[in-house]
Amino acid sequence: MKQLIYIVLMFPAFLVSQERISGKVLEANNENQDIGLAGANVYWLNSEVGTVTNIDGDFTLLYKPEFNKLVISYVGFKTDTLTINSPKFIKHWLKPTDNLDEITITSRKQATAKSYMQAQNVFTVSSEELLKAACCNLSESFETNPSIDVNFADAISGTRQIKMLGLTSPYILITTENIPSIRGASQAYGLSFIPGTWVESIQVTKGSGSVVNGFESIAGQINTELVKPSTDDKLFVNLYGATNERLELNTHINTKVNDKWYTGLYLHGNTHNKKHDVNNDGFLDMPLFNQINVMNRWQYVDTQKGFVSFINLKFLNDEKQSGQLTFNPETDRLTTNSWGSEIDTRRYEVSTKFGYVNPEIPWQSLGVQTAFSSHNQESYFGLNTYNIKHNSLYANAIYNSIISDSRHKIKTGVSYTYDHYDEFVNTIDYERTENSVGAFFEYSFDNLELLNLTAGIRVDHHNLLGTFVTPRLHARYSPWSKSAFRISFGRGKRSANIFTENQQLFSTSRQINILNSGGVIYGLDPEIAWNYGFSYLQGFNLFGRKADITFDYYKTDFVNQVVVDWETPTEINFYNLEEKSFAKSFQLELNYNAFEGFDLRTAYKFYNVKTDYNSGRLERPLTPKHRFFINLGYKTKLKENNAQWKFDTTFNWLGDQRYANTTANPVQYQLPERTPTVATLNAQITKVFSSKFEVYLGGENITNLRQPNPVLGVDDPFGANFDSTFVYGPIFGSMYYAGLRYKIK
Amino acid sequence: MKNVIIIALMLIGTTTFAQNKNAKTTMEVDGVCGMCKARIEKACLSTKGVKYAQWNIETHELKLIFDERKTDTKVIKSNVLAAGHDVEEEKATDEDYAKVHACCKYRDENLKAEHENDN
Repeated sequence: MKQLIYIVLMFPAFLVSQERISGKVLEANNENQDIGLAGANVYWLNSEVGTVTNIDGDFTLLYKPEFNKLVISYVGFKTDTLTINSPKFIKHWLKPTDNLDEITITSRKQATAKSYMQAQNVFTVSSEELLKAACCNLSESFETNPSIDVNFADAISGTRQIKMLGLTSPYILITTENIPSIRGASQAYGLSFIPGTWVESIQVTKGSGSVVNGFESIAGQINTELVKPSTDDKLFVNLYGATNERLELNTHINTKVNDKWYTGLYLHGNTHNKKHDVNNDGFLDMPLFNQINVMNRWQYVDTQKGFVSFINLKFLNDEKQSGQLTFNPETDRLTTNSWGSEIDTRRYEVSTKFGYVNPEIPWQSLGVQTAFSSHNQESYFGLNTYNIKHNSLYANAIYNSIISDSRHKIKTGVSYTYDHYDEFVNTIDYERTENSVGAFFEYSFDNLELLNLTAGIRVDHHNLLGTFVTPRLHARYSPWSKSAFRISFGRGKRSANIFTENQQLFSTSRQINILNSGGVIYGLDPEIAWNYGFSYLQGFNLFGRKADITFDYYKTDFVNQVVVDWETPTEINFYNLEEKSFAKSFQLELNYNAFEGFDLRTAYKFYNVKTDYNSGRLERPLTPKHRFFINLGYKTKLKENNAQWKFDTTFNWLGDQRYANTTANPVQYQLPERTPTVATLNAQITKVFSSKFEVYLGGENITNLRQPNPVLGVDDPFGANFDSTFVYGPIFGSMYYAGLRYKIK
Repeated sequence: MKNVIIIALMLIGTTTFAQNKNAKTTMEVDGVCGMCKARIEKACLSTKGVKYAQWNIETHELKLIFDERKTDTKVIKSNVLAAGHDVEEEKATDEDYAKVHACCKYRDENLKAEHENDN
């Protein structure tokens, strides 16, 4: 306090008799008390006229009509610029800055943003982008994103799986607010357990992720930020209905409990109870389902002291039924009367997050995350039974600071994981416990202009994977304006949950073989891979409008992989990789804002994903070599009442894909070597009436493309050649939907 | 209170009070763009003892946190001036100003207007 007086006294007041403006700067507080802020800077923008507030927060300042922007600032507080038209008395509350962005990285406003500045190759998908394809959960929200491939749902689970750099989702670390969330038992259907409306933004990192979030990520990382009680709408209702009679309802209710606590209740329900069989194969084209998903979030914010905390409680109940039209679960369950399947999942989750930022020293912060989940899936597929129970505990503590100055940042901490799996596969019980303790250190350097890099290392001790070191490196170099060259490399290690990750195998008559090699996980060894990447981003102006182009090339080399071998049509074999397995991916992407409100995004991708199977080196089945993607979006100018039209369309083209070998089958059950190419078109129109209400209408697969024979051996589902996994395209034809969103801020 | 004022008056003109490891200050620095921002912040952070520097393009405010045992505002100010940016009433020398990139010529009114358009 004393110092403030000195400072005040050091600035002699201007004692010239001219027109003056006076005012008071106050510290924003929840009791609305007048607490004067001493020592705040007050000055006219683009001028040299300024002063500092006195001990009571009062100031007087020379006023000239040409000055109209008054800037009020103070370290540790948000700088405000006020527009002044006449020399009236000003009373202004300054808000403390929320410096917690080190812990919660969020990005809003821009629909999609590529960073020129970060070391990592990160693509941010905002809530606005997510609205472009209204449906329905996280797995479907990547439709307008060229970096992530969404495959076509199989008829049994109805779930869309994602791929990145040519690798399936188990190789991607999927986190929810930086806590690993879709892993283990939830790997297969987990993406459909996060409703789209809960998602605030998504950050997609290509290449090995950060060491802070664990050792498992290989191809990349997808982080989902959920809506937060303090910033989400007070009331949000979203109703969705589709021509296939799928119905969804989302309701969010957010309230402020007191000056520091906020809470939100998020309810999601979806249901589909109509049997469809467009291709007349006797099998449902998509499962019947019912899902109830509830989340309750508590958020604590005390910016003055620098504390932020989240407590999340989640509950999910999901039921799916599929198979033959004639199947009645009451009478036909696990019989040969007719082929059918039911998948029932129940999941509980509790997670907490605690963050502290030293209000005096903005670079010092501490974050602690903990999460517990209990996942229970009970299911059968024809005569196959598969149950899995997975209890998981995760804890991570991160400390952020700097070395010497803020160009050298460090993150360090410790983490602990515990996973208990109990699986029942037909007649065999598999049970295992995994736990690990690890420590990490990450250093980032930013020279503020041309170069920055992030180098991380972690050491983990895992009861089954052993003690091992995980290095990761990301660097960016911008030799000229609007450019970014990036390189990355890193190592990932994980235990493959062979059954849950390849759950479609149960919807076949294939015999399951694990070629035991004395390993610790189902008799197999852990998977280890190195990922190397290079990318070049260049922004430029084309006819006076902004554009950017990105080339990237990534290679994943497996040191060991659990090979999933579908090449014998009556068997599925799991074994350790003997020779080589790799995934090379090349992507060329162009974004162009051709005119006001119109954005074009187009991409071409080339994949070379090969594995040495026991039968030789082969392309990974059902992975197209070539892909082409184009997305066009147009928005009309925002009217005063926020009314607007939005149009969006996406075209996807997939090259031919290799079928797993079927030559050992009888002739009628043999498939060609490769699939035909697939092209799909989606479109959506949104009419925003006001900031409160909007409606949308859209169509998926408008050209009504269908894969004619998605199930092999439909005539004899209990015979040796039954297989529902050969899905390369849409099974159900075109589908139209409509919905509305209503919100109160 | 009297004593405080007396002491305060006695200390006017000197810049050292207590030896604070994380002393905070703000100053107004002239500049126009992101490149200026990088240059200004770099000039500050290259000063031994400066831990944190953040310059706001719109408000021209430079927020600093530094170790008073190692440096003071005078040194930081002179480094910013040497980088070619005016600090409050003090002008950078013409030689130093000449070194800033063409797009950063913040004394040029036309250029200022141009930069306002790209925001």
